[in-house]
Amino acid sequence: MENLVQLAMQNVNFAAIMPSLVLCCFGMAILLINVFMPRGKTTSASLISIIALLVTAVVSLQGWNNPQFGFAGHVALDNFATFFNMTFLLAAGLTILMSDDYLRREGYPIGEYYPLILFSTAGAMWMASGTDLMTIFLGLEVLSISLYILAGLFRHQLQSNEAGLKYFLLGAFSTGFLLYGIALLYGVAGTTNVADIGLYLSAHPAMIGNPMTVAGMLLMSIGFLFKIAAAPFHMWTPDVYQGAPTPVTAFMSAGPKAAAFAALMRVFILGLAGLQSEWTSLLWGLAILTMIIGNVTAIYQTNLKRMLAYSSIAHAGYALVGLVAANAVGVSGILFYMLAYTFMNLGAFAVLVLAGKKGEENLTLEGFSGFGFKRPFLGVAMTIFMLSLMGIPPTAGFAGKFYIFAGAIKSGYIWLAIIGVLNSAVSLYYYLRVIVYMYFKDPQEDYSWVSMHTGAVVSIVIAIVGVLYLGIIPGKIMEMAKLAIF
Amino acid sequence: MSEHLLSLMTFFPLLGMIVILFIPRENDGVLKGLTFVITLITFFISLPLAFDDVFKTSGGMHYTEFVKWISIGDYFQMNYNLGVDGISLWLVLLTTFIMPIAVLSTWQAVEKNTKGFMALLLLLETAMLGAFLALDLFLFYVFWELMLIPMYFLIGIWGGKRRIYSAIKFFIYTAVGSLLMLVAIIFVYYYALKSGQPFEQGFSISHFYQLNIPAAYQTWLFLAFAFSFAIKVPMFPVHTWLPDAHTDAPTAGSVILAAIMLKMGTYGYVRFAMPLFPEALHQFTPFLATLAVIGIIYGALVAMVQEDVKRLVAYSSVSHLGFVMLGVFALNIQGMSGGMIQMINHGISTGALFLIVGFIYERRHTRLITDFGGLAKQMPVFTTIFMIAMLSSIGLPGTNGFVGEFLIMVGAFEGELRWFTIVAASGVIFAAVYMLWMFQRVMFGELKNPANQKLKDLSVREVVLMLPLLLFIFWIGVYPNTFFEKMNPALDQLINQIKGKQQVAVVETINPVQHKID
Repeated sequence: MENLVQLAMQNVNFAAIMPSLVLCCFGMAILLINVFMPRGKTTSASLISIIALLVTAVVSLQGWNNPQFGFAGHVALDNFATFFNMTFLLAAGLTILMSDDYLRREGYPIGEYYPLILFSTAGAMWMASGTDLMTIFLGLEVLSISLYILAGLFRHQLQSNEAGLKYFLLGAFSTGFLLYGIALLYGVAGTTNVADIGLYLSAHPAMIGNPMTVAGMLLMSIGFLFKIAAAPFHMWTPDVYQGAPTPVTAFMSAGPKAAAFAALMRVFILGLAGLQSEWTSLLWGLAILTMIIGNVTAIYQTNLKRMLAYSSIAHAGYALVGLVAANAVGVSGILFYMLAYTFMNLGAFAVLVLAGKKGEENLTLEGFSGFGFKRPFLGVAMTIFMLSLMGIPPTAGFAGKFYIFAGAIKSGYIWLAIIGVLNSAVSLYYYLRVIVYMYFKDPQEDYSWVSMHTGAVVSIVIAIVGVLYLGIIPGKIMEMAKLAIF
Repeated sequence: MSEHLLSLMTFFPLLGMIVILFIPRENDGVLKGLTFVITLITFFISLPLAFDDVFKTSGGMHYTEFVKWISIGDYFQMNYNLGVDGISLWLVLLTTFIMPIAVLSTWQAVEKNTKGFMALLLLLETAMLGAFLALDLFLFYVFWELMLIPMYFLIGIWGGKRRIYSAIKFFIYTAVGSLLMLVAIIFVYYYALKSGQPFEQGFSISHFYQLNIPAAYQTWLFLAFAFSFAIKVPMFPVHTWLPDAHTDAPTAGSVILAAIMLKMGTYGYVRFAMPLFPEALHQFTPFLATLAVIGIIYGALVAMVQEDVKRLVAYSSVSHLGFVMLGVFALNIQGMSGGMIQMINHGISTGALFLIVGFIYERRHTRLITDFGGLAKQMPVFTTIFMIAMLSSIGLPGTNGFVGEFLIMVGAFEGELRWFTIVAASGVIFAAVYMLWMFQRVMFGELKNPANQKLKDLSVREVVLMLPLLLFIFWIGVYPNTFFEKMNPALDQLINQIKGKQQVAVVETINPVQHKID
């Protein structure tokens, strides 16, 4: 018995989970501090959260080119995890920056908000560093449960309630699928370790076509695809995105999506490499379906939050193209794309945070009439984000799409790339429409704009710098993305 | 200095734009004046190119700049690679030449948000120059797409009645084409890498020229490129964005669109689509020439029935660019140099016509032919200038238009496009019909409309901005050799290169067995 404990302790390497550990400690500390703070004073909580994220970033970067493995091969802080960790931290940081004034405006200055963001970020990190299906599952749950609460944060609002409940019920359902898939794969391979499953399958090629293996893969993909918001598991996205508080929506569109991609990539590329022909044909179809559904439905939206929700479905489709390509360019393209998407989408949401009045009544296209002239800075910022989401050079969105489609072309999926760019062409219409309303339409009368807030402005500036940096000189980050894949 | 001349020229307007952004929006005059000075300086920066005799002797690229830009391990290498040869030389100069004129035309036309307008004009100039000078396909694509953004805003914010519809249509049409081209560009890149091109060369077109892409690939790649450029030209039947965009754009926008941006399409054919995929070009020449001829006739016929002068000029562009394409597809020195000079001519003549339409629109806020009549009595200077521009657009001997159309016809007739030429020639007659008829209805007859009886003749500023255009109308008309002597070495080289590859391909198809034995 003593030997077992010793053995376990030897395998424990806290360095491997240090980033999420730091985040959780900070989160709990903030929870405690909140008890002693007067209700409504949340600025300190948001400041500490930012510090927490910075510290975590420093800690996480220790794993770059210095991989740490721990907990008997359940967790790895390798380049892959570190790259994704940076994306999560960025998403969380931008979200927190835009939250403080927003929460006060909406009358929900709740200190617990920040720890919840930190916890869900920690969950995302487990998903990216998880090398065992159980760790990934745990990460997914930690991530999701925090988000269920955050989505339904405005408990006196019907929409927010609906968002929370819908996300929770459907999320729980999809987790069920995931768990069932894990169970089946365990049944096949006798292990939940991703690498071991891969080894088992390559040693037993007969098991690859086994219905149980295929069913396990399919069920697991449902769990991940739900989080990615890929069709046909995207139905929850628009309602939840619209109902949740805007900064939470912003976080949901980037953080969990990147986390699910991280897990999906590690499991599929490392664990289920043997089934590559199966999952490429599956994802090939789903990528096309996701792009088309997302883009075509986004055209009909008049609420900007809802439009961005559908657009995020479409972007999940683009990123899936990189996974279908399954070559180095495409896969590292996904990493790059997730980072680019975090910058441009959170930037767009930060503009929405500033633009919407109390109760977010301003977020219709009509409400944006003349916005560009009334608020020049926000107008230009929104234009840059829209152009980037369209994929127009020289922005991050263009670079990201370029790498992903280049990956597809390299692997011979020319038609997939063509369908992808045609979808981009469809997306031009609804992104351009935002610019049309901002600049080409006259402002409505008797219209009051909310004042600017430092936090949100800072997050917008960071996002602009990120979008332009990744667009004009993407070399350095792309090089890192390249080092980050297995 | 001279080794960075092209970069300086390309990015000087961008620097100017940044300066403009810091000037308070109320200073209307300062903003316009400064923009004019910036574009004028850009023109002076580009002038040494016009006087450099190296283009007369060598058809290769000059003033080249090469800097590694994006390096991603063994995935990609994109380079910042600029250069100019006899083909792009005059288009670059046309750009720097037209821009100050376009800025001058805004003096009274642009009243709201002058700051934004000027900033966008300067951004547009950088993008256009970059696209003409880029020798790296990726870099070209970046500039090519960048061009869309300022023009989209120029039409959408400062445009006419249906500006929103036209702006969106313009953007989506052009972007759809270029996205397909992007797929083709990436494909060519991977093909080049596979066939042993040095990785450091990136998307450099000089290396892509050396490729021997199999005919089956060429067909698709050529279609992707050709479609993208056909939209920009615009060729029938993807021309429908052009009348809308032209009609609704502000005067400066229409001038730039007609004079420079449309040339991006024809230039794209000459620089990329044709030399990269010579066999596919051979295969598609009859088809494309047919479209060009349809464009000539169709554009002219539709122009004839227009009631709006600006729309008439816009449709005449469809017709004129059909001529340019016909000349280019002739693939001999007469046809191609005719096509090239006609690109410049169209920039000057149609640019002038759009400015003229702008002058009367500023005075009367209408462009309907029926609202005018008898203006000649009221505005003699205007009439003279209008007449010269119109005659040059028709192609009267002694003006620039004649030289271009004549060479195109000769080239196409001598080449394989004999029958096309015969049909196209009737387009010249139609052009005379619609232009003269319009001119007669607008300028002659009785001065009935009381609103027209108080019209003022052109101001000094307006005459001054037209003079350089008139000068070139006659210069090219009388002594076009100034332009040909610097253009032809590059065109010769290009034609030899394309024809050489086509012949190799023909030999291979005739003697497949012999080829195998080798």
